[in-house]
Amino acid sequence: MSRNKTMTAEEVVARLDSGMTVGIGGWGSRRKPMALVRALLRSDVTDLTVVSYGGPDVGLLAAAGKIRKLVAAFATLDSIPLEPHFGAARQRAAFELVELDEAMVMWGLTAAGQRLPFMPVRAGLASDVMTVNPSLRTVTSPYEDAEELVAVPALRLDAALVHLNRADPHGNGQYLGPDPYFDDLFCEAADEAYLSCERIVDTADLLEDHGPQSLLVKRAFVNGVVESPNGAHFTSCAPDHERDEPFQRAYALAARDPASWRAFTDRFLSGDEDAYRAAVAAFHDEEASA
Amino acid sequence: MSGTGTTTATRADHCVVACAESWRNAGEVLASPMGTIPTIASRLAKLTFSPDLLLTDGGALLTGDVPAVGAAAKVVEGWLPYRQHLALVATGRRHVMMGASQIDRYGNQNISCIGDWSRPRRQLLGVRGAPVNTLNNPTSYWVPRHSARVFVERVDMVCGVGHDRAAAAGPSASRHHRLVDVVTDLGVFDFETPGRTMRLRSLHPGVTVEQVVDATGFTLTIPTDLPYTRRPTAEELRLLREVIDPEGLRIREVPA
Repeated sequence: MSRNKTMTAEEVVARLDSGMTVGIGGWGSRRKPMALVRALLRSDVTDLTVVSYGGPDVGLLAAAGKIRKLVAAFATLDSIPLEPHFGAARQRAAFELVELDEAMVMWGLTAAGQRLPFMPVRAGLASDVMTVNPSLRTVTSPYEDAEELVAVPALRLDAALVHLNRADPHGNGQYLGPDPYFDDLFCEAADEAYLSCERIVDTADLLEDHGPQSLLVKRAFVNGVVESPNGAHFTSCAPDHERDEPFQRAYALAARDPASWRAFTDRFLSGDEDAYRAAVAAFHDEEASA
Repeated sequence: MSGTGTTTATRADHCVVACAESWRNAGEVLASPMGTIPTIASRLAKLTFSPDLLLTDGGALLTGDVPAVGAAAKVVEGWLPYRQHLALVATGRRHVMMGASQIDRYGNQNISCIGDWSRPRRQLLGVRGAPVNTLNNPTSYWVPRHSARVFVERVDMVCGVGHDRAAAAGPSASRHHRLVDVVTDLGVFDFETPGRTMRLRSLHPGVTVEQVVDATGFTLTIPTDLPYTRRPTAEELRLLREVIDPEGLRIREVPA
């Protein structure tokens, strides 16, 4: 029997150090490991390089001043196109940005997982991605075509944080929604990967209702498993829960000015995950009676 | 205004038809529309002159039927999660219609930020997939409000690659580079000029050349024999009103 890797979100964060490069799974405001991000917000870990298909994970970490460098193609809330904290942080030059194309991020993570220094891609050539990232290099095909392509550097991570629908205690992760995003790639690109999930189940129960292709993340790439129901809140985690649109709207509204953001963090982000859940439940009670 | 009996087409209807025309003869490829009118247009193209197009539900599913905008598909014919979508771009079997916060005469497009990139005056979406799109598959643009703030002399950050930049970067950049159309609320534009700069190809009915020139921050090529954008057929109007967009979302994007 392989190791039991269950732990708490606090124990995950205790394994992270300031200055690390951390990859965050999901996409935009979809299946983000938000409970792990909230635990990170409560810690004194800072000065991070964050690699993400950015959503409110990037927004919250930027608002808390924990990002030194961001590697991303975008940050969005999907139903709200612009991530407000990301925008505000960029407009005050709060962190260094490595702005890459979406496909470049995918191939950079792939290279890291495959232990290759780079992947050749056409994406990026002739665009200002090359201008704003002067360290990007091109590579010439050694074959007859002699094509000159972009060498996307491996995006090697110290740690990866992902959220899936189910996992067993050993780190086998299962997604039940329509899109795996890039969570397996993030784990393979990382020295250590931490997986939160809606529910931890016995290994024998993983395939009770689902095919083997739903098993996305292999335990060889996972160092810790956290059971965190609603742990992607307020982002979507289909089919377990949809995005909490009223709460996301409240988040985006609060992000517009410092006073309302302080009130939002006091109300929702000043306690632990249980306190967060209680505050969100109270928010919805208020919404329903309004 | 939206009475089903009338054959009077709105400006929004003309915009939809003009966007749909971008996918005529596209073949058996994925139509990838960004925004409301391009989404409606891709469905109109599929239901009329481009039946082989593949369409998504906006998420990871390829739809086997053509539902109204906002409605769920009843038939799924394929799976296209983000990882496959990004890889599909490089196969070339896709024609995307993106938006543009800024676009210049060569078709360089910006959706990333306004102002100096190192500390932008206004952060927008980010570069997203514009670089990979423009270097790998045919690309068109949709601009719902044609103005000199969008049609600029020089974009602040080149996300989607234009003709001059592709040519200057060499054969690997230009090999699969193809800009098809730019459609706006005023007209249709292309790059069929000797210098591959933007040309006004047709005006939507009710729009004047002066309006277009005033709303464009660079010099356009304007042919002497300038047609109007073709009118939607009666069948196209029926499909728009009864099947694809009964709620009239297109009119919210381009008011009459």
